[in-house]
Parts: sequence; structure tokens; C-alpha cells
Amino acid sequence: MKQVTLLESGSLLADGRQPAAPYLHAPATIAVMMRWVMLALIPATLLGFYQFGWPAILLFLVTVGSALLAEAVALALAGKPLRLTLQDGSALLCGWLLALTLPPWAPWWIGVLGAFLAIIVAKQVFGGIGQNLFNPAMVARVALLISFPLEMTLFTAPQPLFSATAPDFLQSLGITFAGASVDAYTGATLLGHLKTELARGVAVSELLPQGVSWWQFGMGAESGSLGETSALLLLLGGLLLLYKRIISWVIPLALLVGVTLPALLAYLLDAERFLSPLTHLLSGGVMLTAFFIATDPVTSPVTRRGQILFAFGCGLLLWIIRTFAGYPEGAAFAVLLMNAFTPLIDHYLKPRIYGRDRHGEPLRYAAGGEP
Amino acid sequence: MFTSLWHRTFSHGVHPPEEKATTAALPIRRMPFSPRIVVPLSQHFGAAAKALVHKGQELVRGEPIAAADGFMSVPMHAPVTGIVEGVELTPSARGPKTEAIIIRSHLAASQQVMYEGDLDWQQATPEELIWQIQQSGMVGLGGAGFPSHVKLKIPAEYTVDTLVVNGCECEPYLTTDHRLMLERSDDLLLGIRIAMRISGAKRAIIGVEDNKMDAVAALRQTIGNDKTISVGVVRSKYPQGAEKLLLKVLTGREVPSGGFPFQVGVVVNNVATLALIGNLLPRRRGLIERIITIAGPGVKKPGNYLIPLGTPIRFALEHAGYFGDASRLILGGPMMGNTAASLDVPITKPVSALLVFDKAAKASEAQPISPCIYCGRCLDACPVHLNPAHLGRLAAKRQYATMANEFHLNDCFECGSCSYVCPANIPLVQYFRIAKSINRERAR
Repeated sequence: MKQVTLLESGSLLADGRQPAAPYLHAPATIAVMMRWVMLALIPATLLGFYQFGWPAILLFLVTVGSALLAEAVALALAGKPLRLTLQDGSALLCGWLLALTLPPWAPWWIGVLGAFLAIIVAKQVFGGIGQNLFNPAMVARVALLISFPLEMTLFTAPQPLFSATAPDFLQSLGITFAGASVDAYTGATLLGHLKTELARGVAVSELLPQGVSWWQFGMGAESGSLGETSALLLLLGGLLLLYKRIISWVIPLALLVGVTLPALLAYLLDAERFLSPLTHLLSGGVMLTAFFIATDPVTSPVTRRGQILFAFGCGLLLWIIRTFAGYPEGAAFAVLLMNAFTPLIDHYLKPRIYGRDRHGEPLRYAAGGEP
Repeated sequence: MFTSLWHRTFSHGVHPPEEKATTAALPIRRMPFSPRIVVPLSQHFGAAAKALVHKGQELVRGEPIAAADGFMSVPMHAPVTGIVEGVELTPSARGPKTEAIIIRSHLAASQQVMYEGDLDWQQATPEELIWQIQQSGMVGLGGAGFPSHVKLKIPAEYTVDTLVVNGCECEPYLTTDHRLMLERSDDLLLGIRIAMRISGAKRAIIGVEDNKMDAVAALRQTIGNDKTISVGVVRSKYPQGAEKLLLKVLTGREVPSGGFPFQVGVVVNNVATLALIGNLLPRRRGLIERIITIAGPGVKKPGNYLIPLGTPIRFALEHAGYFGDASRLILGGPMMGNTAASLDVPITKPVSALLVFDKAAKASEAQPISPCIYCGRCLDACPVHLNPAHLGRLAAKRQYATMANEFHLNDCFECGSCSYVCPANIPLVQYFRIAKSINRERAR
């Protein structure tokens, strides 16, 4: 009876590791979720690399590396275990998302400073993963934008890798690390251009790029942030996350509706002063925000109704900032503003509990009869 | 199997892998008698039974061996013809030793049930039927072990119009109710009619998940054109079999927090319980055996076994066979079951399954715990619409009273959906069980 001996060893019995039910667990863990999000970002990131060449790749590596370093330093200072937290991928993803929102030829210290702002100031100071009120990548982006408006708004027109006009690797090292001038390459983003010209009273129909199809535009033919230029590839990644149920449809949809609805109303009122909803959706950071930023579990509300309110607010604020405020793009500001409301939303939009009314009192029925 | 969106269901819940295909296709088989049978005197919710036998006494299968101690208690019957070895303290599944009657089986005996009589249930009064159910030792076989006669006795100030029959069997791996609905639908229908007579219910609805459409067809055929009994197909989702959720799906009524189904005119019973009532009551027999699923990746001969109550787990496992890398034993379903403290503990009335996991299955459950990222997946899983994330944070701060008073901890019925989905592997429902038991201790 050899098998009984194995049983007697106690391995079949309660062993303290999992003292109680449930004995099953869904496959998605934090690390798995983070990995899927990164996988979904790869197409748009690779396109950014291709479009903006070596400087973009160098800036990306610097930013992501700094984020990991910052996380390690903070964990070591706090005396927390390094491996478990670094392995969950949250710092890597945070650095990644930040890098995608930076001007692709920004100098190295923008990436380093941004990563440290995101990880140390916006995340670890609050107590690490799960404790932060604001989206770390967006905090860093807004801090950089306000502190270094010049570097953060110096965009380059696409210089595809290995094309005649693209800088080679050595020149790229100069651009990213030695402050070499990039003036010859600069080109305003669509939103930035429109903002300036609309303020001068020029009509929209005279401003929109001629000869560029919506398809080319959606695939990223314009200048812009490192990973934000291709709305369609970001949408593709977002759909992958929806399909794998890493994110729910609630936040992306509500955010896109939040942008589209006011944009459509304004566009119908005066098409010469307001951009069309499609222009809004395909330009700037809308897709990245809808599928990858606003869906951050930590800084978004927990209930479905709360998520709808939060994401619609993000979209609406984004449109308001783009349309009426001084900045051409409002995604980061919109997300941070709504992040501030998240605890309030969670407090007020609680679901009704089974067997209780909206106020939390037990349901009452007349005794002995039909309810 | 695909679940259909047009079948009714509750909001929230989870979809663990079903793992039912292997055993659902196999007919119920009888397990042989173990040479040693252990009948604990407390296998149910309520007062322990009082032993009626002494050491050395010869027993015939089906004979009463312990009497109910008051209304909130049930008697025990001899699961086997044999001789009493003693009434001793023996290990129970949860650990502490409890008193049990130990029987050495006469393996050569005919094992015929001699103790029986006749009962014309259509002539008997509800009170007589309730008394007879108590005499049969019936308890809820779905897992709670609540005495059936107590559940069917409706307080005088309430009237019940609907009997909800729970055939959901939403726990993964378990297929006893499925097989029973296929093979014993006559017993079930008789049990339903008896329960309707006792409770005064005018109609009965059998709730069955849509992963058992063959059982639905079998039941509908047996029901024929009896308009008072119907089958309600519900979506396959965990924990669809929780009685308060099921009755809401089938009747639209919602049991008040802390209340009972009879407050909304409903009484809920499990199909296994009612099928056994239908089988035992007309013959005035006692509960001496039940069907359990023995399954899991570590089992060689998975299936549904008709097993004498009191059979030691070791005997059942050896009979079904298990692989060398078997590394986890669960009594009941994987979502709400328990581990066993010893292999000498017997199968008792509420045990619906023996599951054996291998190393691979066990490895997938043991993950390091990360901090909560407030993703809200537990809120989307909780069928009661609690906020497990917040409750978990309060539990970490040991604010147990706040959990109960302000965040309705006591509405949690411990289905484990929150722990199942938590991407941070936080053992939420385990925290909640601890919090509840500490609150109970403090209330004393």
C-alpha cells in the first residue's frame, strides 16, 4: 500500500498554504494583466520607432529603464522585496506609457525626469502599487509639460527609419543625449497647428491637411507623440485587451462617447470653428487615453456606473480643454482631474446590495403575503 | 458547453471552468461497503443526535442508531449490517474530534434494509409528514446540512406559494444532481409533491442551469402535463445555486437582508434532498446512503458513486483510485468545499464530492499575494453587490466591526467569487470568514 504512505504524509490534507476555499483561481493575475497591456501596446510602439527613428528608440529605452531603476530604488529605500514587485510589470508599463506620450526626439533627461516623477512622486510616495490617487504617467507628463514647455512641445515630422532624411545612429545619439539641434526636422502636431490657426480666425476647412486620407492619418502620417500617432493601431491593441477581458468596454466606450458627443454638437453648430468628431478621435492621445490610460485599475472607479461617469468626464474635459483652453491637447489634464473625483465617485455610486434598499436598509415586506 | 444569453440569471458572478463532462456522462455506480463505518452524531446543523446503541450490539442496515435531540436535530440510521465497535471520539473533517458510532460491517450479510413501513403521504397531515421527514434523518444535501423538516416547517404567520427546487449544481466538477435528475426524476417529482403538500406551495419551479439540457428534457418528460410543476432554465454561472439568488431569478422576489425565503412566500430545497424524501418517505426509511462525485485530475476512476454514509474517505479514495502526484483533497466543490484534517474522517450527510487535484492543479492556486490595485473585478463578481475590495482593506486593518456595521459583511454568503477573480490573489473570502467569526466571538 505505497500510495497510502503518500497520503499519510499529509500532502493531500490541509497544509496551511491554501487553508480554505476557493481552491480555484481565475488565470488573470496582476502580472498577466500587465503583460497583455504591454503586448497590446507593441504595434503602436513599433510604428513610433519606425516613424521617428533612432532618437525615439533611445528615448523609449531611457524612459523605461529609468522607471525600473526608480521603482527599484524606492522599494529598496522602503525595505520592500524587489523581485515580486518588479516582476508584476507595473513600473515597466508606467515607463512605457509615459514614453509613448513624449515628443519622440525629446532629450534624454526628459525621459529620466519623467520616469522618476511618475514612479517616485506619483506612485511610491503614496505607498506603491494600488495606493496612488493619480495616474503616474499622466502626473509626470503634466509636470514635464508645465516645467519644460519648450522641450515638451518640440515635435518632429515623421522621419522613417533608414529613410534618406532620417538621422543615423550616431546623429541620433547626439539628438537624444547631446542636445543636437533638431530644428531642421520640426513640424507642429495637427492639434497644435489647428489651435494656433483657429485662434487667428482661420476656418477649419482651410487648415486640414490636403491629400492625406483618413486611413493614412489614422495610421500615423502626422507628427505627434512617440506612440500616439497611430489611432488605428492603438484601437487594435485596445480591442485585443477587450477580447482578452483585461479591460472592460465600459471606460473606453464612455470616454469615446464623452469626446464624440460634444464634438458632434459643436461641429453641427459651426463646422468652420470646431473640429469634426473624427478629427478628434483620430488625433492626439484620445485612443491611448481611452484604452490604456483611463482604464488604469488603480485610479479609476470600481463600480460600473462610476466608471461610466469617470470616463465620460474624461472625454468631455478632454474636448473642452482642446477646444477652449490654452493647450492643444487635454488628455492628461482630463484624466488627472477625473482621478481626483474617483474616491468621491466610489463613495456615492455604490450598488444596491441584494436584500437591501438604496440606503442600505433591509427590504421590508408585509408578513405572510405576496411581496 | 456554451451558455445562452437568453436564459435568465442574476447579475455579477463568475465563470470558473466547469470540468463536469467526464462524470456527467457516467451513470451512478454503487460503492461497496467499507469494513469499518463511522457515523458521527453531529453531521447536521443543530443539536447532535443521541446514541441508542452500545458496544457489541448487532445492527441491521437501516435500523435507527441515534435519536434526534429536540426539534433542531435529526436521528441517524445504520448504513450497514454489522456490529457496534464502540461510541468514541473520532476526528471530524474540520479537525476537532467528535463523538461517532463505529460499526464493523458484516461484509457477507445480505445488506437488506429491514426497517421500513408504509406511509400514504397523500392522506397524511403536513405535521405527520414533517415528523416522518425528521425520523428519516434528512438534511439539506446541497452542502449546508440544515435539517429538512425544519426548513419545510413554515412559521404560522407566513404563507408559502412557491417551492423552488434547486437543480443548478453550479460548483465545478460536481454532477451528482445532474445524474440524479436524469436517473431518478420519478423520486424527485414525488419528493416535490410531498414538499408542496407540507409547505402549502401551489407551484414548484425546478431551477436547472443550461449546461444540463438533457436533465431539463428528462424532467419535462416526467412532469408531463402537471401544470403545477415547471422547469426554469437558468444561465450557467457561479453561484447560480445560491438559494436567494436562484429564487430571485425564478420568482422575481428578493429575500430581505438577514431574512428567510418564506418571508417572500418561497421555500427552497435541493433536488438531491427532495429526491431522497420521495424515495425514503413512502417507505418510512432512514437516510443511509447518498450520491457523491469523486473527480478531479488526480482520480483514476472518476464518477458518481452511491456511497454508504460513514464510509471513510480513505476507503472511497482507494476504491476510485488516485495518481501518485495527487496533492490536494477537497470535500465538496472547489469553490466552497473544505480540506480534510484526516483521511479517517467519514463521508457525512452534507458531503457532495471528493475532489483530488494533482500537482499542476494545486500549483495554479498558490500564488503570492500582491497589494490590492482596486481594479473592481471583485465588485463585478460579488453576487450580493458588496464591495469586497474595500472590505478586504478593512480586514487588513482589523476593522471587523466597521465591516459588519457599515459595509454589510454579514450579507456575504461566502461563495468565494471575489477570491476567485482577484488578480492580486488576495484571499478575500477567507478574510471575511475570519472577520465574521471574530465578530461572533465578540458578540458573546
